[in-house]
Amino acid sequence: MNIIVLLKQVPNTTEVKLDPKTGNLIREGIESIVNPDDLHAIEAAVALKEKDGAKITALSMGPPQAIDALSEAMGMGVDESILLSDKAFAGADTWATSFTLGKAIEKIGEFDLILCGRQAIDGDTAQIGPQVAECLGIPQVSYVFEIEEIEKNGIIVKRRIEEGFERIRTSMPALLTVIGEMNTPRYPVVSNLLDACREKAPIKVWNAADIGVTTSEVGLEGSFTNVIKTFAPKSGRAGEVLEGDTKTQVKTLIGKLKENLLV
Amino acid sequence: MTIWIDIDLCNGCKRCLKECPYDAIEMKGDKAYILDRCTSCGACLSSCKQKAIGTDAEPKEIPDFNDRQGVWVFAEQKEGKLNPVSLELLGIARALADELGQDVSALLLGEQVSDMSEVLIHHGANSVYLAEHKTLKDYRTIAYTKVIEDLVMSYKPGILLMGATHNGRDLAPRVARRVGSGLTADCTELSIDPEDGVLLQTRPAFGGNVMATIANRYSRPQMATVRPGIMEALKKSDRKGSVIKHEVSLLEKEIGTEILGTVTEKRKSVDITKARVLVAGGRGVGNEEGFKVLKDLAAVMNGEVAGTRVTVEEGWIPAEHQVGQTGQSVRPEIYIACGISGAIQHRAGMMNSRYIIAINKDPLAPIFQVADWSIVGDLREVVPELISQLTAHSA
Repeated sequence: MNIIVLLKQVPNTTEVKLDPKTGNLIREGIESIVNPDDLHAIEAAVALKEKDGAKITALSMGPPQAIDALSEAMGMGVDESILLSDKAFAGADTWATSFTLGKAIEKIGEFDLILCGRQAIDGDTAQIGPQVAECLGIPQVSYVFEIEEIEKNGIIVKRRIEEGFERIRTSMPALLTVIGEMNTPRYPVVSNLLDACREKAPIKVWNAADIGVTTSEVGLEGSFTNVIKTFAPKSGRAGEVLEGDTKTQVKTLIGKLKENLLV
Repeated sequence: MTIWIDIDLCNGCKRCLKECPYDAIEMKGDKAYILDRCTSCGACLSSCKQKAIGTDAEPKEIPDFNDRQGVWVFAEQKEGKLNPVSLELLGIARALADELGQDVSALLLGEQVSDMSEVLIHHGANSVYLAEHKTLKDYRTIAYTKVIEDLVMSYKPGILLMGATHNGRDLAPRVARRVGSGLTADCTELSIDPEDGVLLQTRPAFGGNVMATIANRYSRPQMATVRPGIMEALKKSDRKGSVIKHEVSLLEKEIGTEILGTVTEKRKSVDITKARVLVAGGRGVGNEEGFKVLKDLAAVMNGEVAGTRVTVEEGWIPAEHQVGQTGQSVRPEIYIACGISGAIQHRAGMMNSRYIIAINKDPLAPIFQVADWSIVGDLREVVPELISQLTAHSA
C-alpha cells in the first residue's frame, strides 16, 4: 500500500503572546514544530506500515526550513519526503495551497491513502484535507479517530461527530483527516533522524516548475481570499468596577442585575 | 512573488507595519524594511500612500459579479432535527441580505425533511431550496457537495454560509473547491463593506491571539463557515416564503462513502451552551473543592458551572464544562467569571455573553477588560455573599 502523509510546520501558537505595549504578536523565540494533528497522521501511517507493510511518502509545503518537519517525520518511520518550496508558493490561501499539493500528489503518482491532520494550529481552517481530496476527485472522511479495517478496495473508519461517532466505509483511494484521539505519536528514532540529515537522504525539494504550475496559479496570485486587516481582539463593555467592601459590592451588583431584569 | 520597499519613496509613516499580519516589517531609522519572515501575503500593498511598496505580482482584475445575488445558508439537519447553528446562520444572513437589499435562501437537504422549510422561513429565509432524495438521508460529503454544486451553478448566489460544525467544515471546503470559490473558516463576525458590498469575514487566528478580517474579491459565492453559538437567531415570525424543489439524481456508487452506523455517546451530561447563566471558575478556584461554592451559586441562579482549560486539565471539573478556544463558545445571558485571569483563549469563548461579571483578586487581570461589572476581591468571600444576598432577595 502507498500512503501519502501531508504535514505542515507551524509556530507553536500556545507560546504566542501579545506585546502588552504594541499589541503585536511576539514572535521572537517561538519554536517551529510539526503541526500536532499531523503527528497523529504520521503515527497512523507508520502503524499501518508495521501491520500490513506500506510505503510512506511525506509531503509538505513551506519555506526551506520546513525540511526540519520532514526530517522529524522520517525519524518516525516515513520512507520518503518531499518539500514544496518556492517563493511563488508564498501567501497562498487554502484554494491555492490545495491546488499546489494536489499537483504534487499527481506527480508522486500512485497512492491508496492520503492521511493528514484535521487542522493546523496556526490557521485552524481544517480546509486543506477536504480540498486536496476534491482536487484529486477522491472521497474523504474527516475527524477520523480509528482505522478499523482495510478491505480489498475500501477502508472502514470511525469518524467523530458532535454526538458520538459514525462508522464509515469509503472506497480507496481516499483521504482521511485525523484527530488527536486517534493515537499517541511515537518519538523519532535517533538513527532514522541521522539518516534524514545525510546527504543522500530521501528528502526532495520541488519548486513550481517541478510540479508544472505557473506562478499565477499558486501563492498569493493564485488565491481568492486576502487578509485585509488584523487586530487585537477587543470588547466594548461598560467595565464598571464596583466599589466598597464585599457586602456593598455584592449589593450593588444585585442592584445592577435587577435593573436589567436579570434576577 | 516578492514584495519590496522602495526606500527612496518611504516616508516612515509606519502604516505598513500596522497592516502586516506577520510582523514582518520593521523600522530601521525612519525607513521601513521587510524582514525574512515576510510570507508575501500582500496585506501591506494597499496601505502605502507613497506607493513605496512594490511587488512582481500581476495586478488581478476583479470580475463583474453583478449577476451573483442572494445570501444562502446551508440548513444542517440530522434525522429531521435542525442543528441550532442553522437558525443562527439565518439570523446573520438576514442582516447581511437586508444591508445588500437581497434575499435570504436556505438549502435543505435530506430525506423527507420538507416540514422543516417553514421553520427556516419563519426564522428569516425568503425561500428554501429543498432537495429530498434517499441518498441524502445522512450527511455524506460527495452527495451533499454534488447537490449544492448544482444549486450554486443554477441560481448563482453571492454569499454562502455554513455552520463550522464537523459536517459543515467537512462540506464547505469541498463545495468551495468544486464551485471555484474561496472560503474562510470559523468566522465570528460577518459584515458588508459599505464601499463595495464585499463580505468582510472576521475570524480568530494564531490560537485566538489575533483577529483577522478576510475578503474574497475574486470569486463567488463568497463562502464562510461560522462558529456555532456566536450569531443570534431571529425570533420566530410569521414570514411567508417559497419552497423551491430541486430534483436530485444521484447514484449510490458515485458517492464513495457508506455510513455503516451511527453511535450516540452520552459524552455530555450537561450542555453549557444552552445555559442562561454560567458560573465559571479559573485557576483562582484553587481545587475541586473550590468549585462547590460555584455550583451552589449556579444552583441559586438556575445556571450551570463552567471552567477554563486549566481547571479541566487539573481535573477539577469535567471537560464538557470547558469554555474557550479549545473548549466551547458560549453566550449566556450572564457569565460570572470567578478567579479567571482571562487569557485570550478563554475570552474567545465567552466574550459574546450578554452580561459579564468578573470576580478576581488581581485588579490587573485581563478578564476585567471584557467585564460589564467587576469586583476586585476574593471569590471565596464574594461568591458566598452573593449566594446569601440572592437567596435573601428571592425570599
